Amino acid sequence: MQTKKDLLGIKNLTAEEILMLLKMAKAEKPKVKNPMLRDDSLRQISMATLFYENSTRTKLSFLLAGDYLGAITNDLNISTSSVAKGETLIDTGLTLDSMGINIIVIRHSMAGSAKLLAENISAAVVNGGDGSNEHPTQALLDLFTIWEHKGSFDNLKIAILGDINNSRVARSNVFGLTKLGANVTLAGPATLVSSNIAHLGVTITNDITKAISDADVIMGLRVQLERQKAAYFPSLPEYANFWGLNESHLKYAKPDAIIMHPGPVNRGVEISTNLIDGNRSVIYPQVENGVAIRMAVLKYLSNVGAKTGENVIKLL
Amino acid sequence: MITIKNGRILDPSNNIDEILDLTIENGVITQLGKNLPTAEDSQVINAQNMWVVPGLIDMHVHLRDPGYRHKETIKTGTKAAAMGGFTTICPMANTNPVTDNEIVVEYILSKAQKEGVVNVLPVGSVTKAMAGQELSAIGEMAAAGICAISEDGKFVENPALLKTAMTYAKMFNLPVLSHCEDPRITGSGQINAGKYAEKIGLKGIIPESEEIAVARDIILAKATKSKLHICHVSTAAALQHIRNAKAANIAVTAEVAPHHFTLHDEDIPPYNANFKMSPPLRSAEDISAIKAALQDGTIDVIATDHAPHHEDDKNCEFEQAQNGIIGLETAVPLSITELIEPKILTPLQWISKLTCNPAKILNLDKGTLTVGKIADVTIINPNIEYTIDKQKFVSLSKNTPFDGRKTKGKALYTIVAGKIIVNAGELVC
Repeated sequence: MQTKKDLLGIKNLTAEEILMLLKMAKAEKPKVKNPMLRDDSLRQISMATLFYENSTRTKLSFLLAGDYLGAITNDLNISTSSVAKGETLIDTGLTLDSMGINIIVIRHSMAGSAKLLAENISAAVVNGGDGSNEHPTQALLDLFTIWEHKGSFDNLKIAILGDINNSRVARSNVFGLTKLGANVTLAGPATLVSSNIAHLGVTITNDITKAISDADVIMGLRVQLERQKAAYFPSLPEYANFWGLNESHLKYAKPDAIIMHPGPVNRGVEISTNLIDGNRSVIYPQVENGVAIRMAVLKYLSNVGAKTGENVIKLL
Repeated sequence: MITIKNGRILDPSNNIDEILDLTIENGVITQLGKNLPTAEDSQVINAQNMWVVPGLIDMHVHLRDPGYRHKETIKTGTKAAAMGGFTTICPMANTNPVTDNEIVVEYILSKAQKEGVVNVLPVGSVTKAMAGQELSAIGEMAAAGICAISEDGKFVENPALLKTAMTYAKMFNLPVLSHCEDPRITGSGQINAGKYAEKIGLKGIIPESEEIAVARDIILAKATKSKLHICHVSTAAALQHIRNAKAANIAVTAEVAPHHFTLHDEDIPPYNANFKMSPPLRSAEDISAIKAALQDGTIDVIATDHAPHHEDDKNCEFEQAQNGIIGLETAVPLSITELIEPKILTPLQWISKLTCNPAKILNLDKGTLTVGKIADVTIINPNIEYTIDKQKFVSLSKNTPFDGRKTKGKALYTIVAGKIIVNAGELVC
């Protein structure tokens, strides 16, 4: 089996590898909004997005990242593909492999699916979110955004609020932030913040005020309506009342705290509309950085692909 | 005639642990004694430095026939049993069709007669099609030869229905084998709830899914005075309920599977479905509790829950993968390595959990080396050290987490009703 170079999670990246990707993203970022700077450095790369779950920004930003660098990009429409006929994940991957696809970005509802695909095909695999496990490019773009605003991660206090248990965004961010020296506090209702998560080297609390006290960064997570139906909390208004972030909370955080959200956002539930649209919010800069990070990741994996046979550190 | 010389006879049913000879004639154990004379026409097995034990009984296996013969057949499953030292196995009812009537029971028994190499005693389901609605043909299946009833991997959610089944089964002297897991608590859980599940992002299964089910079934066993046997206990909390119930003289017994005293959740390579089973691998603390329960007798039986699955059912998304691992060919080495070598159990204690204890629960005239009884005998070399190689398994499926594991101890001879099935580690049938 040939050596594969995949991005499956932040879990097994080193701090150096993360910082290298952030620096690469910084170099790519001007190309996002300035068409004159875009290039065709990935013209020999063929990539496909394989999304078994819905997505707006992750899928589109991967496709645009590829387009801005001249790659051949394709989206496999799952609902009209053989997947709908019962084809297995591995067989679908082998099919794309056979067509000469170099990089596959996968999103799937089951944890470990990106790893399964990566282990069974020769194309590079990027995890675009697998169940409740990881969403590494989201964490990288979040880290990039924090780095741009704060300059470093040392002893930053980061509060992540919401449905932690079911969040791959939270998990990937926890792995990345703790590796880079930040202090992470996770907050939400006890039914959505398992005490076992504390083992990942973070502080947990059910008190949002405590979580954001002296915070440099406040990150809200999307609260899914399905969780209320599964009785993890009584209602969205009650959720907003106890765990939603609004203006009254800001006095507890540092004066220069930034507010982040991976999107899509439920306005007025996890974060008030005023804060989303306010001057502390970096939600749209996050989206822009998402394209830059994905350009960096594609470029990194392509470089590795071009150097087949060389002993390059495997990204897991 | 077979003469087994100089072996260490371990027969817990008669409390014998002594170097003796044993003779078998016409399928029956004929003599047990020191330096027995060897008849001229006798086949001699030199069992020096080996353990001669009653044929092992595995009261919890899956043979996949009828329904899933690409995973295991009665032929391959019974051969795997013989290679593992088992002379009697009890296949669970989750066949297709479900073993819920005497026709399926007779099919399995006739197949076992034709192509099986060890004793096969089927387990019937509690409810028709395991749908949890109406009772299976429990009486007719009892007449056809089942040894117990069980809903296997399915939990009878309706406690009133289970109480009825227990009351009814008691008339036929059938124990109820219960897979204690409330699926409403397990939900979409995949592995033991804990820090490892959080790390790899798989949904956790909290121990209460087992504990609540065990407690409920014990309450029903107390009410009905029926024999309740708890399958594959995995948690410390459930064991405590069983211990308390036994102290209160409730007719409850319990089993553990070798993987649950050998591996814990952090041993799972990320998303490797050969480590996926129900109940899941639990914590290191649970393993300690299981070992203590084996010692104090709270756990009566070691059973494998041999669950063959095809490669396609395992090399897929973890959540999609089928539950279960094969166990017939690894039970003896894992027990010796994990329980005997570290002196958790004496050899006699261990053997009782694979012979006379399951025989007593299932009302079988087996699990003993008493003279005059049918000669089901296993000879184990406890000192052979070797690495488990799944390619050498006789089972049709290879889904094991133990491939490549260094172990000690192996069954070298398996004798069923006086017929040598495994001779010096080789199948001879």
